[in-house]
This record gives sequence, C-alpha cells and structure tokens, in this order.
Amino acid sequence: MESYALLLAATLNAGTVLALASLGLLINEKVGIVNLGAEGMMLCAAIAGFATVVTTGSDVMGFAAGMVVGAVLAGMFGLLVIWLNTNQYATGLALTLFGTGFSAFVGTSFVQAKIPERAAFAVPYLSDIPWLGAALFRHHPLVYLTVLFALGLIWFLYRTRSGLIMRSVGESPESAHALGYPVRLIRLLAVMVGGALCGLAGAYISVIYTPLWVEGMVAGKGWIALALTTFATWRPARVLLGAYLFGGVTMLQFHLQGIGVDVPSQFLSMLPYVATIVVLALISRNPQWIRINMPTSIGKPFYPGA
Amino acid sequence: MLKLEARPEPSRVWTYASPLLALVITVLIGTLMFAALGKDPVKGLQMFFWLPIQSGYAWGELLVKATPLLIIALGLAVCFRSNVWNIGAEGQYIIGAIFAAGVALMADRTTGAWIVVPILLAGVLGGMVWAGITALLRDRFHANEILVSLMLVYVAVQLLSYLVGGPWKDPMGFNFPQSKTFEAVTRIPRLFTGSRVSIGVFFALLGVIGLWIFLFRTRAGFSLQVGGLAPAAARYAGFSSRKALWTALLISGGAAGLAGALEVAGPIGQLTPYVPAGYGFAAIIVAYVGRLHPVGMVLSALLMSMFYIGGELAQSRLGLTKSLTGVFQGLLLFSLLACDTLVNYRLTLHKRRSA
Repeated sequence: MESYALLLAATLNAGTVLALASLGLLINEKVGIVNLGAEGMMLCAAIAGFATVVTTGSDVMGFAAGMVVGAVLAGMFGLLVIWLNTNQYATGLALTLFGTGFSAFVGTSFVQAKIPERAAFAVPYLSDIPWLGAALFRHHPLVYLTVLFALGLIWFLYRTRSGLIMRSVGESPESAHALGYPVRLIRLLAVMVGGALCGLAGAYISVIYTPLWVEGMVAGKGWIALALTTFATWRPARVLLGAYLFGGVTMLQFHLQGIGVDVPSQFLSMLPYVATIVVLALISRNPQWIRINMPTSIGKPFYPGA
Repeated sequence: MLKLEARPEPSRVWTYASPLLALVITVLIGTLMFAALGKDPVKGLQMFFWLPIQSGYAWGELLVKATPLLIIALGLAVCFRSNVWNIGAEGQYIIGAIFAAGVALMADRTTGAWIVVPILLAGVLGGMVWAGITALLRDRFHANEILVSLMLVYVAVQLLSYLVGGPWKDPMGFNFPQSKTFEAVTRIPRLFTGSRVSIGVFFALLGVIGLWIFLFRTRAGFSLQVGGLAPAAARYAGFSSRKALWTALLISGGAAGLAGALEVAGPIGQLTPYVPAGYGFAAIIVAYVGRLHPVGMVLSALLMSMFYIGGELAQSRLGLTKSLTGVFQGLLLFSLLACDTLVNYRLTLHKRRSA
C-alpha cells in the first residue's frame, strides 16, 4: 500500500511539470499561437534555474531566473512570428534547436554541480495522516500553487472581460482588431506569459524534480506538454487532469521496475512517448470535434490592414 | 518608425540574399559570443569557417558530414514543400541504422561485397517503416504529424539503447553497450585511400538530380507542391492529399534511413548509442537555409557540416564545448526566418503622425 502512496506522490510531482508547461502553451494557443519552442525554452530555463540556485542558494531566485529566461526567449519568438510574420512551426522549431544547443553550451560548467540538501516539504498536521499524508501532503509548494493557478486561469479565461478579449483574439483576430483591441500586443503578452510558465516548469525540473543538470534533461516533456493541449481540447481543467495522467505514465515505469516486472527498462522508458502517440491518435480520430474546440486562428499570422 | 509593407510579388534578390544576410548575422553574434567568453573571436571563427576548408583532407571530412545531412534534407524538402511537417527524421535515421546494422551483423568472413546492397536497402526500408507509422496515424486518425514523428524519435532512441545493451551487445565488448564491429566487407566502399569520403557522396548527388527532376519536371512532384501551397486548388484539380502525405513521408523516411545505413556501415562501423548525432534535426535547418531547392541544399549542407566540424575543433583546440554547433545552427535558422521577411515584405520608413 505504501508504495502506491509514493506512486501517487511521484505522479503529482511529475504532473506538475507537465501541467505548468501545458497551461502556458494553452495560453499561447488561446490567442492563436503555437510555440513549438517549448522544449528549448524549458531546457534554457532549467539550466538558468539550476545555475542560479547553485550560485545564490535560493530556490525562489532559481524559479524567477527560469521564468525570466522563458519569457525572454518567448518574446524573441513572439517578435518574429507576430511582427515579422514568420512561420510559427519553423520559428518554434528554431527556438527548440537553439535552446537545446545553447543550454548544453552554457551548462557544461554545471554538469558536476550539486544543489545543497533542503528540508523535506510537508503540510503541517495533514502530512501525518497515514497514506494520504505521504501521497498528497508532502509536496513542494509549487505543486499546490499549480492547481490554484489552473483554477485561476479558468476563472480568468471564462469569467472575466480580459479573458473574453483574449479568447476573441484567438478566435477572430480580425474582429478583435476591428473592435479596437491591440491584437498583436495581446498576442505577444500571452506568448511571454506562456514562455514564463514553460520556464517555471523547466526550472522546477532541474531544481526540485531531479535536482541536477544534464544535457537534454527535459527529455521531450515540452513536446508532451504541447500534445496535452490538444488532448484537453484546449480546456484548462482537462489540461491539468491530462498532465497528472501523463505524470502517472512517466512514473509507472519506475513503479513497474520496483515491483520487478520482467521487461527491459528501455521499453518502460518508451511508455510516455508511446502513450502520447496512442492518445493523440484516439483524440484526433474525429477531426470535426477537434475543429470545434480549437481556437480558430491557431497557427495563422495576423497583420492588421493586410 | 519602420513599417512592413507587403510586396506585390516575392523579391527575387532577397530570395538569394536572405540566407547570406542570415549567415552574416550568425557570424556577428558568434563573434560577440566568443568575445563574451574571453576567447579570441578571430581564432574562434577560424575553427568554424577556415580550418574546415583549408586542406584536401579537411574537405574530405567536410563531405563526410555533409553527405548524411544533404541526403536527409533532400527528403525533408519534399515533405516541407508538400506542407507535411516531418520533424522526426532523426528517428527515421536511427531506425535505418538499426535495420542496416541487422543485415551487417549477419555477415561473416565468407560474405561477398554484395552485402553492401542489402545493407543500404535495409536502411531505406527501416526509415520508411518508421515514417510510415507517422503517415498511417495522420492518414487514418488525423494525428498531428509533428508530434507523432517527434515522439517516435524518443522511441527509436530507446529501441537502439535496448538493442546495443541487450540482444546485439558484443559479448567481447567489456560490457560496453555496443554491437560487435562489423566485418570489413560490410564497409561502404570509399572513394580514395586516405580519406573517409564514401560512395555516399554519389547517392547524395544522385538525390540532388533526382529531386530536381521530381519537383520541377514530373506531374507527381507538381501536384505534391500544389497540395502544399493551396490545398483547395489541389483538391479541385483532383490531386490526392493522402497520396501526397504518403509520398512525402515515405521519401523522406527512406532518405533518412539511407543516411543512417551509410553512417553505421561507413564511418562508425558498429551500432552504438552514439549513432544519433542530431543530423536529422540539423537537416531541417539545411533544408530551410537551402530554400528547399536541391542545389541550395548542397551549399547549406556544406555550411552545416562546417558548423559540426567547427564545434569539434573549438572543443579540441580552444577548450570550448562542441555544443557550440547547436547554438550556431539554431542562430542561423532564427536569423534566416527573420531575414526571409524581406522576401515578401519591404521595410519602409514612416514618420509617426503627430496626434
């Protein structure tokens, strides 16, 4: 029983990384922008966060550094796709290729570095409940903040005027422009917020999740986060749920190894990627359904007066 | 203030000038980076742009790396021109290498030189199978090919790791995760002694000619590109988008698989976890910088190969890391995309109207 509590705990932990990144990408896609640079932004943020924690010893500074790096890179991407009308897919890909190389380049001097041991996190009283305590209440504060953020995002998107404007930019940039909203500025803002969230996710990986730096350590989580927005048909609550589901799949491999399942470890490591492909195929089966839920202007450039 | 103004038609001058301008920008940023690292920028740039072309031997090495890049990029050009986003060439390359290695490992001392042919065919088949999965899921289930092809890269890496660590591990290999060294007879024939350039160069050049004919002189190539540029027009003309999807993915998968076979049975000579060298991703940049044109990609493949060699030289001679290669590659694609704006838009100076 105890091992299942740990599995659930690990699932929430892994799911938090995916949830943060995926909610960020959701914000991008709600205004009509697909950023394939998630993986690259997360890698750069991971090394930025790790390096900051190694030098300053402060986790908060590490997270801040990750968010800034994510936002700056996303801002570069945004300038290109929003003002220079470059192809979103190609530009995002360029960001990922650049980020992969750049993070490896900057990170060489930090490969052996270690982060000081920190006290285990625990919610007072609640963490002492048998089973549930170990499963739910001994997490890093960010795990709980992510849930709150998701709830806040739902409220913002569907209950506030600003959220409505944001969605209208994604559904019909022409109408939003005609109504006098600064479409490109809103898009840039959303892209940078999305980048900051991807950055936070990246920093969480290298500071808390696996506190070390290895080249390419994000290992496709940015891409899985991208797939999650489609799985969730662009609904924040479903993004959160999907993130935990995939966090579970990622963790399942270690659990299966732990209980001695006789399958080569490489096949277990394939699980999250294969699961992504399978779920993607199942969800996309009905193109009508995807089209109804997808922000209409996704992937399309908008140039006022053109 | 500066304003973009759409050109009535794409500028011919900028179509050719934009990659050059992008290269200049990349070099400028590179210079700044070397300076920021406290390294002599002239020396740094020498590693990337002079040493790789200064001798006959160096040119040979340049060709060795340019060959797989060009072969993969030729296939990707077909994909990108038909608006199919195959970004998993790295995975198709790995599976091609695995299939080729499977055949190469069957050879023994009595095998003849004919074995090279099935090795290469196996590589092509492997790449096609892997790209075929993406095509199938896109065709049958409308699954996004970007995500599927990319996820399959990670799956391919794990498969490779399983094979070299398990069934194909060299029993005499001191427990290193690698296959035994292939028999000498399986080695892809080299062109000259003293250089590692193999007949792969001919495949690449044949590919260049083949792609040129396919794109610009055949109906199939034409319909593929119409489908990419104007799907509605293609439907009206009766061109099948499903056929285009399969054609594009199978051609690019086969090309990537061929490159994998040429590498694993060529310069590497055994299956190791180091077979994937990022060629599949770098080839995306080759394709774009070469304007998806067969001849342009020859030049950009050479350029990208210079980046690879430059990174290795910067590591061995300047004590930098070879991941510089990736930084330069990414920068180049970034600057190219930005410069390409000038192909379709004109920069004009507008005086801000006073309110």
